[in-house]
Amino acid sequence: MTLEELDQIAESTRAEYAKYDHEINVCMGTGCLSQHSDQVKDALAKAVAAQGKNAFVRRTGCMGLCAAGPLVLVDPEEVLYQNCTPANAEAIAKSLGGEPVKELQCDLREHFDQQVHVVLENSGHIDPEKIDDYIARDGYQALVKVLTEMTPNDVIQQITASGLRGRGGGGYPTGLKWGTVAKASGDLKYVICNGDEGDPGAFMDRSVLESDPQRVLEGMSIAAYAVGASKGFVYVRAEYPLAVARLTNCLRDARRRGLLGNNICNTPFAFDVEIRLGAGAFVCGEETALIASIEGKRGQPKPRPPYPAVSGLWGRPTLINNVETFANIAPIIRKGGSWFAAMGSERSKGTKVFALTGKIKNTGLVEVPMGISLRKIIEGIGGGVPDGHTFKAVQTGGPSGGCLPAEMLDLGVSYDALLKVGAMMGSGGMIVMDDTSCMVNVARFFMEFCMTESCGKCIPCRAGTAQMHTLLTRFCEGSGTMEDLDLLVELCATVKETSLCGLGMTAPNPVLSTLKYFKHEYIEHIVNKRCPAGVCNIKAPAPQNLQEVSA
Amino acid sequence: MTASVDVKTLVIDEHQVSARAGQTILEVAREHNIDIPTLCHLDGLGDVGACRLCLVEIKGSNKLLPACVATVEEGMEVSTATERLKKHRRTILELLFAERNHICAVCVSNGHCELQALGQSQGLTHVRVPYRNPELPVDASHERFTLDQNRCILCTRCVRVCAEVEGAHIWDVKGRGIDSMVITDLNQPWGESACTRCGKCVQVCPTGALFDKTKVGSDHPKYPDFLPYLNLMREAR
Repeated sequence: MTLEELDQIAESTRAEYAKYDHEINVCMGTGCLSQHSDQVKDALAKAVAAQGKNAFVRRTGCMGLCAAGPLVLVDPEEVLYQNCTPANAEAIAKSLGGEPVKELQCDLREHFDQQVHVVLENSGHIDPEKIDDYIARDGYQALVKVLTEMTPNDVIQQITASGLRGRGGGGYPTGLKWGTVAKASGDLKYVICNGDEGDPGAFMDRSVLESDPQRVLEGMSIAAYAVGASKGFVYVRAEYPLAVARLTNCLRDARRRGLLGNNICNTPFAFDVEIRLGAGAFVCGEETALIASIEGKRGQPKPRPPYPAVSGLWGRPTLINNVETFANIAPIIRKGGSWFAAMGSERSKGTKVFALTGKIKNTGLVEVPMGISLRKIIEGIGGGVPDGHTFKAVQTGGPSGGCLPAEMLDLGVSYDALLKVGAMMGSGGMIVMDDTSCMVNVARFFMEFCMTESCGKCIPCRAGTAQMHTLLTRFCEGSGTMEDLDLLVELCATVKETSLCGLGMTAPNPVLSTLKYFKHEYIEHIVNKRCPAGVCNIKAPAPQNLQEVSA
Repeated sequence: MTASVDVKTLVIDEHQVSARAGQTILEVAREHNIDIPTLCHLDGLGDVGACRLCLVEIKGSNKLLPACVATVEEGMEVSTATERLKKHRRTILELLFAERNHICAVCVSNGHCELQALGQSQGLTHVRVPYRNPELPVDASHERFTLDQNRCILCTRCVRVCAEVEGAHIWDVKGRGIDSMVITDLNQPWGESACTRCGKCVQVCPTGALFDKTKVGSDHPKYPDFLPYLNLMREAR
């Protein structure tokens, strides 16, 4: 494959689509598929054929607004239809070339205009199972450029200049990580893509893998060239069957096109990728546990150092990055590191994909520049809390993150800012809670998650999370005491500081952040035996002499 | 003799010490009679850094490092017994004592138990966290030994000695989190497993979880010190 051949494929694909007057894109991500968007697509294809319209019906990945699915986007008019059913197909087909169907039209300019799509630039516009669609939108230009014009060092310099930081949650500078693996000595090196997305309420990686898998693969190939690796693994949860199927398909197509395998682009560069399925353990998202899992061992973390960059998979230097990190690579190479560094805040560059869930109107996937305020994401793009309820808290970063109250809404989203206020960027889950959520119960929910997902290797995490869960359950049932609260705080400190891996170290965060911002709710549960949100089922009757306690 | 021995000098608890590059902080500390409590570590076995009792503070870093796996570096200043560490160690021991049913009075290892000894040496006077009192099985199917899950602290010494030294690997861990348990073979009774009956696991077990059936009362000292010698002899061959 050369640049000319790539351009040729892109040209012919574009010419093929140019024959049609309209392109009807039907979202077939997991969200919309669960609402039978496949039937919508079949019905549309039939209706278009029956009415003799010159239109092409295309399966695409996620369009972002999962709450309004199934979604249908008509190009070039850029008309978006929401909540489509097979019965609407006739009307949509009829409207082509004329007035759009008013009652189905989704007018959310505000929702989309505030977003900046880098990772999601192709989502909703290409067929994720057709490599030519990806190539037609500048796909693999970056890989060819890297292989033919750049040295591995140039690539790492571009990535370093972009200021890209790991999108899996830790925020480690990607360029630095690549440089470390490149410098590590070894004849065999590995590149691993971490797609073991396990945070409750997070689905960024799934959507990227479902909507634009080639982009992730291209990022991995570029990384492999930069660090000198010849073998890659994509570790995906088995709970994402659609992502796995599309990824399998994507690997096959890339091999057929000579973009994977030996002598890629007529250069000596060889790289191949295998898929490994996770067996449902949250801890396998931790890099050393993930490596153990790929090796076929029990998915348990190991103490670091040695870091995987020096001694990883089967003791070899291993580069391990998140799906979203790899998805950012191709545009950085195409447009240059400084283009990427121009977006975002001072120490967090580029854009970030967030999964908005919970008590919010526009549930779905959004991509925004770093540094944007939480208020803009939640009230602007997200459309705010529905049904007349009031906003109470937003949980960022899943079980490792924290709950932030309304006062924090003007905070600009970046790795450091979130860490400072006791939350975490995490992989990008954002769960919005309203006045019907009890923060003690929320803390208990996340603690239960950490308790059941702890691998059991180190004592603070294994027994500590279980004890903290017991104490939180006491509060929720109305049997907790103030001594229990003190003990909980002490346990939080020990588990946070002494645990072996990130799971244990961050497990107390939901408790600590709710204690920091919503302590009055804990006091209310303990002293007045009352749940302010009315969530907890406290059986004990309130004591006669209600004490006034100010938190 | 080659002169290429890489020597590092560092400070452990205000003692100036020297060490070979690649040595762990724990090795160097013990060479200089500085006590760092350990539980999952055992000389002669691979380290896993799981019990977190050997955590030490390094000057200039907020992160606590496990001494059993962290290697020495030039100019390191290590503190092994600060108030912060002592407090964490006591909390970890409390968590261990409350996790299963550790009743010293009726335990075969009473007086010879590493967990008990650590509780004493670390000044553990009482347990503040609620006792979990789980109902756990006892496996007495083996003709010579018994496994009492109630006393297991999941240090995985038995797993490691069986895999690394005996080479049988009949022990492993099932389940995860608080439900983790050591098992023999694929969760078969010990007596029906491929056990070679060498008894190394019993000798390395720090508590009374694994014990010899012939011992009664609290008459069950264990002798795990054979491991370094065994390894040395094997290397010499």
